[in-house]
Amino acid sequence: MAELTAPGTTVAPGRPTSRRPTGALLGVLPFFGYTAIFLLTPTLVVVIGAFLGDGNRPSLGNVTALTQPQVVSAFVNSVVLSAVTAVLGAVFGALLSYAVATGRPGGTLRRVMTALCGVLAQFGGVTLAFAFVATVGMQGFVTIWLQKIGVDLAGSTWLFEPTRGLVLVYTYFQIPLMLIVFLPAVEGLRPQWREAAETLGGSTWDYWRHVAGPILAPSFIGALLLLFTNAFSAYATAAALVSQGSPIIPLQIGGALSSEVLLGQENVGKAMALGMVVIVAVVMTLYAVLERRTTRWLGR
Amino acid sequence: MNGPSRRRTGAAALATATLIGLAACSPPAKTSGGSGGSGGTADKAATATSATEAGGMDALVAAAKKEGTLNVIALPPDWANYGEIIKAFEAKYGVKVASAQPDASSADEITAAKNLQGQSKAPDVFDLSAAVAAVNTSLFAPYKVATFAEVPDKLKDPNGTWVNDYGGFMSIGYDGKLPTVTTVSDLLKPQFKGKVALNGDPTKAGAGFSGVVMAAIAQGGSPDDISKGVDFFSQLKAAGNFLPVDPTPATIESGQTPVVIDWDYLNVAQGAKLKGKVDWKTVVPPNAAVGGYYVQAINKDAPHPAAARLWQEFLYSDQGQNLWLKGGARPVREEAMVKAGTIDKAAHGALPKTEGTPVLLTTAQSDKAAEYLKANWAKAVG
Repeated sequence: MAELTAPGTTVAPGRPTSRRPTGALLGVLPFFGYTAIFLLTPTLVVVIGAFLGDGNRPSLGNVTALTQPQVVSAFVNSVVLSAVTAVLGAVFGALLSYAVATGRPGGTLRRVMTALCGVLAQFGGVTLAFAFVATVGMQGFVTIWLQKIGVDLAGSTWLFEPTRGLVLVYTYFQIPLMLIVFLPAVEGLRPQWREAAETLGGSTWDYWRHVAGPILAPSFIGALLLLFTNAFSAYATAAALVSQGSPIIPLQIGGALSSEVLLGQENVGKAMALGMVVIVAVVMTLYAVLERRTTRWLGR
Repeated sequence: MNGPSRRRTGAAALATATLIGLAACSPPAKTSGGSGGSGGTADKAATATSATEAGGMDALVAAAKKEGTLNVIALPPDWANYGEIIKAFEAKYGVKVASAQPDASSADEITAAKNLQGQSKAPDVFDLSAAVAAVNTSLFAPYKVATFAEVPDKLKDPNGTWVNDYGGFMSIGYDGKLPTVTTVSDLLKPQFKGKVALNGDPTKAGAGFSGVVMAAIAQGGSPDDISKGVDFFSQLKAAGNFLPVDPTPATIESGQTPVVIDWDYLNVAQGAKLKGKVDWKTVVPPNAAVGGYYVQAINKDAPHPAAARLWQEFLYSDQGQNLWLKGGARPVREEAMVKAGTIDKAAHGALPKTEGTPVLLTTAQSDKAAEYLKANWAKAVG
């Protein structure tokens, strides 16, 4: 159904075609080596560091430091920002995917859109922040152009606020990412299914409610999760835009590791990273539960 | 605010502060006096805590010449005029200055000293930010330059283990097209909407930290209670005037950050650089002169002990102090030199004026302030 699948975008349950070619294990060895070095080791460093206090003695001090109001509010901000931009990105991205999928297969629109989104989904970090500053920042060309036609935005700092600026900027890379991971699923919808539904007297609503919706749901939720974690872990974009107050958790971690005013906060930073791991784990579990339910329901 | 300067702005505020508390822990001064004794001048230099102990200034110069080289590290030529200082030292004493990693950080200096210990390439002298110096005093050799007495007591270790060298005051730099700024409260006016930037988050960067202290003092707070400074930025934020952008030379030149709270020497240097493009003015708010100094120290394992000591003598001589001044930094002997009339009057006159007693935080005060900021800064500007 889908040639390109995002993590967990299994569309239909199907029977697993369990084949185990010889040497497959050997083939995945480099992957395991890679994960061990770049995922497992850092995770262990974070987990262990989170529980080490002064003089490398075991301590819960770093974890209890997470209850400080500024850390709690950074966690809340991060989760809200990620959730809002994930939902915005998923909804608009899905609509866009549908629009593209209904276009002529292999047509210019589809080719241009997928190519464009491929680029934009990766367009994050400092470059993206700079693009926004140069466009709608204080001296941005749109701001200046608006000023010329009488709309004075001078002195408005909205772009640098997590609630407004970051939501806009994050959505900018979330929508294209959604298109990339969700388009294959939408393309998997056969026109025949719709025809069948209509032949049986179903309305458009019935088709979406009973056919397309359930088929797309797991992919949609999987993509939503991907978008959430994508925004949750983003650092450079926010760091380039917001330089005061560290309103989101990746910035708090950056501060804990690099501050020259508050020294010795490294392990509190690791505890915050552990907190992020826990949140992502919770979201993943929710997703797994949800997916199992959807699959069961689809299987009926 | 060129590359190196931004890198090194950090924690200067805590400079004196943090170090004052360390005086007690520093190694005892060498007490063996006199110029006599056997052994070569170089041996003497390695433990000498003053030029007299090294056999007098002439003997020190001779010993340094014999060593031939001085290893310095992390001294960018465009930072506090170090380029000219190095040239002047080489010309005066005929000792070659080997300048390693000019763009390194204070922490890198210490790392280099540890890694290269016992090698001829190890740094002889350090120029450190206070926070880094504070935790590494065990690496320093105490030494009192001839002008040691003229360095204010607050700005040195009584044994000469470390001595502040140059520094500055927190200032407000602004585009001359804006209304004149004379006090911190001026920044709350509507003309400054979306225009006021602070150099770094005060919970992370030394310059930002001192900026909040400056606001606190200006608003009637004290070094013991910086809450008024945080309140000020909170008001600034509520008025829509606070701009959460990190100022850089590029943001200043493009007009993105028309008001920048930063060290005066950086703002002054910025003004000099932008001459003809932006009329960049610098003001130290009256009765809120919050100071911050860098630290000078000798590596106790210096491969060129005589040259290291001679370098210190040179830096704290009138000539060395005036060269720093020429770079916009305030030399530590400023007051004494003004009194004696030996200060470079033109360069001194170009510095932003200060009014009132300079404020320097003690270790306890800066620790307390940092804790307060940790709990309250995000709320104030979030």
